[in-house]
Amino acid sequence: MLILEYIEKLLNGDKRTCARLISIVENDEEEAKNIIKNIYKYTGKAHVIGITGPPGGGKSTLTDKLAKELRNRGKTVGIIAIDPTSPFTGGAILGDRIRMQDLATDPKVFIRSMGTRGHLGGLSKATQSAVKVLDAYGADYIIIETVGVGQSEIDIVKTADTVVMVLVPGLGDDIQAIKAGIMEIGDIFAINKSDLDGAARTAAEVKAVLDMGPMKDRKPPIVQVIASLNKGVDKLLDEILNHMEYLKSTGELRKRREENIRAEIIKLIETEIMRMVLKKSQANQILDNTVIEVADRKLDPFSACEDIMKLFSSNI
Amino acid sequence: MSNRPIRVLVAKPGLDGHDRGAKVIARALRDAGMEVIYTGLRQTPEQIVAAAIQEDVDVVAMSILSGAHNHLLPRVVELLKQEGADDMLVIGGGVIPDEDIPGLKAAGIKEIFTPGTPTTAVIDFINENVKK
Repeated sequence: MLILEYIEKLLNGDKRTCARLISIVENDEEEAKNIIKNIYKYTGKAHVIGITGPPGGGKSTLTDKLAKELRNRGKTVGIIAIDPTSPFTGGAILGDRIRMQDLATDPKVFIRSMGTRGHLGGLSKATQSAVKVLDAYGADYIIIETVGVGQSEIDIVKTADTVVMVLVPGLGDDIQAIKAGIMEIGDIFAINKSDLDGAARTAAEVKAVLDMGPMKDRKPPIVQVIASLNKGVDKLLDEILNHMEYLKSTGELRKRREENIRAEIIKLIETEIMRMVLKKSQANQILDNTVIEVADRKLDPFSACEDIMKLFSSNI
Repeated sequence: MSNRPIRVLVAKPGLDGHDRGAKVIARALRDAGMEVIYTGLRQTPEQIVAAAIQEDVDVVAMSILSGAHNHLLPRVVELLKQEGADDMLVIGGGVIPDEDIPGLKAAGIKEIFTPGTPTTAVIDFINENVKK
């Protein structure tokens, strides 16, 4: 296998290799395992920033401007921009790069668009692996731009160190509706399009919602920005960096990363057990037969599940 | 890697602002199950190639109506070659005179689709010519 050669090139900052490896972790589970096993020890250095919020809130534009601000400060940046995959055709239009034109040819910026490919939760299935590839590649900062979120796409908290929730004026009472769920995951709130009417009110409403929450030793700051005009972006970046300082000084970074790693391992175990059980029960036609019994109302789904698990619990 | 979607960069090189054709193609390819990276208007060959490399696409599809196709399309092929990415399938479309097509093909653009082409022709061409 050429894998060690690939990895050496990746660690030396080869762009094409980085791109190829992201494709592999996205497309081929077996090879993905191999790659992650080999690069994991080189990861964990990047500050991973999640940009999330409702569709049309300006996440791509803000990502573009944040990346530029990081470049002004001499940092290297990896960007993963996620857009939805059609559940019907499997196709996708990945259009986040439209807002990132000037970054395309900057050698210190790497942008990758990903389709969700059936994964719910705001990220694609391979996002975490892609982050690791970019981390080993040497990006100082990795910005993940989620799909436009509604109320419960909160996978980003399990992947990012700092979550920026991007809201816009005019959501009005919707703030109330979304306060449980995505309002709880923002480490920083950016009120974008703050030149629109009602921006100050939106900021005040967000503050009110946050004040109603449990007392924490850190209140998420609220920053008003106009991403398209690059206003307030430097202040937002300062807050992002302050958050990392806070995470480090309180030991919260380690705690958070341990929690995320725990969730990641549990998820992998789930997938592996599922694969083992389904492989065996399908090979033995047990699943097919059980489906028929349940459809005939001779068995219920819960008992069917118990029966299948009993068959395998002995030889797992 | 059997079930992976084909990834296509749909790009608009040059200075014309007409992106209806590019969008129709992007939409058709999406509906054919492909992942389409759309980068918007007025791209330089350098921007197109940088995006193609980072996105690790199988196909670079360019739409051009400005008349500068004889310069811009071969330039993209040349830059891809410099980056060692000449395995990508490069195709073009737009108002391109018949007499220019042989030259473009000789320069490494695998196919040129002119106005009136059904979207299925483009989809079929991509499906047949992408190295799996």
